[in-house]
Amino acid sequence: MEILIQQIVSGVATGAIYACMALAIVMIYQAIHHLNFAQGEMAMFSTFVAWQLLAWGVPYWLAFVLTVALSFAGGIVIERLVFRRLENAPVLSHVVVFIALFAIFNSLAGFIWNFEIKPFPSPFGSGALFGGLMSPHQAGMIVVTLLVLALLYVFFRFTRIGLAMRAAAANPESARLVGIRVGWMTALGWGMASAIGAVAGMMIAPVVFLEPNMMVSILLYGFAGAVLGGLTSPVGAVIGGLAVGIIENLAGTYIPVVGPELKLPVALFVIVAVLVVRPSGLLGRKIVQRV
Amino acid sequence: MKPLLSVRGLEASYGDLKVLRGLDFTIAEGGVTALLGANGAGKTTTLRALCGMIPRSGEVEFDGRPISRARTEDIVRLGIAHVPEGRGTFFNLTVEENLELGAMSRPARREVADDVARIYGYFPRLKERRRQQAGTLSGGEQQMLAIGRALMLRPRLMLLDEPSFGLAPLVVEEVFRILAHVRETMKVSMLLVEQNANFALSLADHAYLLETGEIAVAGSAEEIRNDESIRNAYLGY
Repeated sequence: MEILIQQIVSGVATGAIYACMALAIVMIYQAIHHLNFAQGEMAMFSTFVAWQLLAWGVPYWLAFVLTVALSFAGGIVIERLVFRRLENAPVLSHVVVFIALFAIFNSLAGFIWNFEIKPFPSPFGSGALFGGLMSPHQAGMIVVTLLVLALLYVFFRFTRIGLAMRAAAANPESARLVGIRVGWMTALGWGMASAIGAVAGMMIAPVVFLEPNMMVSILLYGFAGAVLGGLTSPVGAVIGGLAVGIIENLAGTYIPVVGPELKLPVALFVIVAVLVVRPSGLLGRKIVQRV
Repeated sequence: MKPLLSVRGLEASYGDLKVLRGLDFTIAEGGVTALLGANGAGKTTTLRALCGMIPRSGEVEFDGRPISRARTEDIVRLGIAHVPEGRGTFFNLTVEENLELGAMSRPARREVADDVARIYGYFPRLKERRRQQAGTLSGGEQQMLAIGRALMLRPRLMLLDEPSFGLAPLVVEEVFRILAHVRETMKVSMLLVEQNANFALSLADHAYLLETGEIAVAGSAEEIRNDESIRNAYLGY
């Protein structure tokens, strides 16, 4: 029983990071209706930026804020420089560019910071919480993810620009007709996705250690979370991410064949199962419409 | 008097098919101009071309400013509100959010609440359904919402694409009654595209008849309404 609870708790903690990645994926999917394969590498690159700032002696939370801001700006730049030109291009063009970005960020990080594994600090200290049930860092990951979700909710629900972004995603043509600059809304979506990815990267780096390939499997879990939650719903993305974290951990512990080596196929299994059983995901939007 | 909108040689194509073959027309400030014609004559295309929603060539001036190369967002920001075919509703947003979006390009936040209240004055039914998803509205209510959303811009010119489309006769009457009222109280100029010539001519001062991408007849609404040969040839009643 204790092992069960322990596994669920640590599943929730890593699930929180998958949830962040899923959120980032959903942000871009909402804006351009494609899955950004390079999302993980962008997050990894952001984390290296944070590492570099820390190495230069910048205090943790200042480095955190700077990294998020730089990633936000970087996301906007990528959209304006690259994806704006692809707006009406076919899916395959997008896929190719995503793969290119993946390769560019991966090799660039290796080129600048080399492929050695680096430790990355946790801002939440060490020790044990709740009688050894979880570490402070695990608790921190969960809190940070929920905070990100709450901020997004407030932003989309209560601000004018959030409303404009929702309108631009739902109906670009009508959005232009009320004067919304749809292109900039898409760029903003990229910026926010990139910033959320940076948060996820900085939160997971103390667990998996920092190296250019650290986000590859995490992105896959993020995809699984996003698909499970329904690609159109931020809340769904978080629930999906948490669920994938728990499923992954329980499968690794209780299904003898799975073990640590075969955890990753579990994520793929989740994706396939969702697409077969319920393609719109748990909270995928069903539009009520009368004609 | 200088016209509010003047159009010279407006052309637009869908692929190889030329839909507008050089339109010339003007819209007077404060007036309602009707653009009539059969299916496929190019009425909707004209509105879409004016708004920059499709590639077009020719010269369009709004209030002395050239807009034939401007982007849709910028044209809207000059005060041209388009009520599109199909009404352009944001289905998954609430009625009130749809209205607020209409004012999105205006900087003044505080006036928005007043304007929403005024729109509810025109359309009490929208007020009853303010928290409802706009996709659940009936066709007539969605048309009212689309007009309300356009008015939230405080436009100088409203482009209306078939406001009577798909509505029951009584609802059409109501919509046109409100348009007449809006015209009186808000001093908005309108370009009205309609298949329902009867309603359109009752509201309009001036009318153009479009035939396969060209203006076939131009005149005051009264002339056109009273000219039996035009009615028989173009309007079918």
